[in-house]
Amino acid sequence: MQENLFVAGHTACPGCGQAIAARLVMNAAGKNTIATNATGCLEVFSTGFPHTSWKIAWIHSLFENSAAVASGIEAALRHLGRKENINVIAQGGDGGTADIGLQALSGMLERGHDVLYVMYDNEAYMNTGIQRSGMTPPFSNTTTSPPGKYSLGNPRPKKPMVEICAAHGIPYSASTSVGYFRDVEKKVKKALSIKGPKFLHIFVPCPLGWRHSSSQTLEIAKLVVETGLFPVVEYEDGRLTNVMRFKELKPVEEFLKLQGRFKHLMKDSPEVKSAIEFLNQVVKYNIEKYELIKK
Amino acid sequence: MKVFIEGSHAVAEAVKRCKPGVVCAYPITPQTHIVERLSEMVADGDLKAEFINVESEHSAASVVLGSTATGVRSYTATSSQGLMLMAEVLFNIAGMRLPVVLTCVNRSLSAPINIWNDHQDSMSLRDAGWIQLYAENNQEVHDLHFIAYRIAEEKNIMLPCMVCMDGYILSHGYEVVDLAEQEMVDKFLPPYQPEYKLDPENPLTLGLLGDPNYYMETRWAIQETMEEALALLPKIESEFSEIFKRQQPVLVEEYKTQDAEKILLALGSVAGTVKEVVDELREEGEKVGLLRIIAFRPFPKDQVFNALKNADKIGILDKSISLGSVSPVYMEISSLFQERGINKNISGFVAGLGGRDITPEVVKEIFKLLDEKPQAVRFVDLREWYSEKSPVYNWESVAQSTK
Repeated sequence: MQENLFVAGHTACPGCGQAIAARLVMNAAGKNTIATNATGCLEVFSTGFPHTSWKIAWIHSLFENSAAVASGIEAALRHLGRKENINVIAQGGDGGTADIGLQALSGMLERGHDVLYVMYDNEAYMNTGIQRSGMTPPFSNTTTSPPGKYSLGNPRPKKPMVEICAAHGIPYSASTSVGYFRDVEKKVKKALSIKGPKFLHIFVPCPLGWRHSSSQTLEIAKLVVETGLFPVVEYEDGRLTNVMRFKELKPVEEFLKLQGRFKHLMKDSPEVKSAIEFLNQVVKYNIEKYELIKK
Repeated sequence: MKVFIEGSHAVAEAVKRCKPGVVCAYPITPQTHIVERLSEMVADGDLKAEFINVESEHSAASVVLGSTATGVRSYTATSSQGLMLMAEVLFNIAGMRLPVVLTCVNRSLSAPINIWNDHQDSMSLRDAGWIQLYAENNQEVHDLHFIAYRIAEEKNIMLPCMVCMDGYILSHGYEVVDLAEQEMVDKFLPPYQPEYKLDPENPLTLGLLGDPNYYMETRWAIQETMEEALALLPKIESEFSEIFKRQQPVLVEEYKTQDAEKILLALGSVAGTVKEVVDELREEGEKVGLLRIIAFRPFPKDQVFNALKNADKIGILDKSISLGSVSPVYMEISSLFQERGINKNISGFVAGLGGRDITPEVVKEIFKLLDEKPQAVRFVDLREWYSEKSPVYNWESVAQSTK
């Protein structure tokens, strides 16, 4: 059995999708890895002094600079002539990556550093108490996008991070979900086999923030893909090269109904009907753009 | 080797001789000439370093944080707003005990936007846990970079060091500088070999969460280390003069203070002007002197106290102001005498903000003002339409004076 490089004893919530994904990423990367970590749940629950869950070399600096710190590590390894043998992985949550860390990430991608950036996307600022981020999906109830008399929750769609990164002309930009262990491992290994900047977007449910049972993490992580709401794709050198396809997609309600953050959509009203219709339009767009249905 | 050289290039020549493996910076006036010259050195193969062009100062500081944590000597430089954007990372670097060296080419802070010199940028970061050295001239700013890496990388220090030089006045000014011989630098500054670094062969976790049970000790440790640095700097100073065959004070410089009745205290390049005025007034029979502070952090309290204790009147000439209070240097000096239970005649003067020239006439005026009742904070050389009694200006006189 392979030794775990992200070990138990940390203080993540039961069923934390990010903790599962971090272990998959580290085990796929192997011991010869240096990882950076943006401020956020993963950093807080894994490194409360004097404990650590990391059996690889690991550093946390600040919230928005995971990509820049990784750039510095990679430059130092190049100077030492050790880059060929060591993986550098930058990690961040959705806020630390797609919002406050987007500039540092863009710089890292544009400069061509040989680094894999992994974004664990749990669709809100969970560490500070479930506030809306640029990756929060439409209609999600967060503590700063609550539904109310004049609101159905978050009014905006998710930032297309895989495409934003692919548009930098990097060799590899992909998405996956923690519901598919083999896909996560395969993509980490594939990314690390490619020289240059790489980006991997991993969908990771948050039982606390999304208000679902801790036993449903993986089920929800699969349903988001099976409904067509979160396409699992790969871009290589800017071109779409691979998509996880299905014979048919499940209704979006199957994904929504398991989570408290969408509870306000579980009623019959004209507003809710139009919200579901909007989500079906998102799915339709994804079907056409990525050819999600197997022919 | 003595050469006629721009201050920025004297810094680049010093940095080259320190052999950093990673150089990373973002353009900001007036710091640019330093890193432009370093990038040429890298392009020509004279400096074997990775030169990283980043998208912001925040990332510049983060890159050198990452590279230093990986065990490679690293360098960055900035000014003004750039230092402000780095601020978050600079506190972080000190807390992580990473011996980064940064040149701060001192410039004022916006608004209004102004690219000229004062000390508000670096003074606002005096609490960050960085050693801060202020240079008077281009020879000194060249030499202070060797001392900066040396003190920062000492095994029992491991703190970052900021070398401050006055924007334009030094950075764009030409002077004769005796550039250090490489073998002397190699003798003075051994290769960087940290006891902790990011390495898969010995995987460490760096940058952990310090909860209330542990955080406070990390701050106490830096405070204690600053004391150790204060004790170590004079030893490094004498080692420097032994190897380089020239004197480079690192804590303070006393100029004609021995019998002085009035002492003016200053940092940076303005000390040159003050020395000239001291000479002139001495010829007229006035017992005046200058105390120049080089190391502002750690603050050399004993050396400053000993230099000032016999003076009747002390003036603080500061190119900075803690708005709503007094100037940062004034705070240090008044607390120094307060701590020793001595009541001193200390006056605070704020001058030269946003690049306004501090001329010999202004310095003479300050020496004269020392005869008046001391004030903690007084702006000198304000335009005529401001007055100390009525700081709100009169629009009619503004219109007259700007015609």
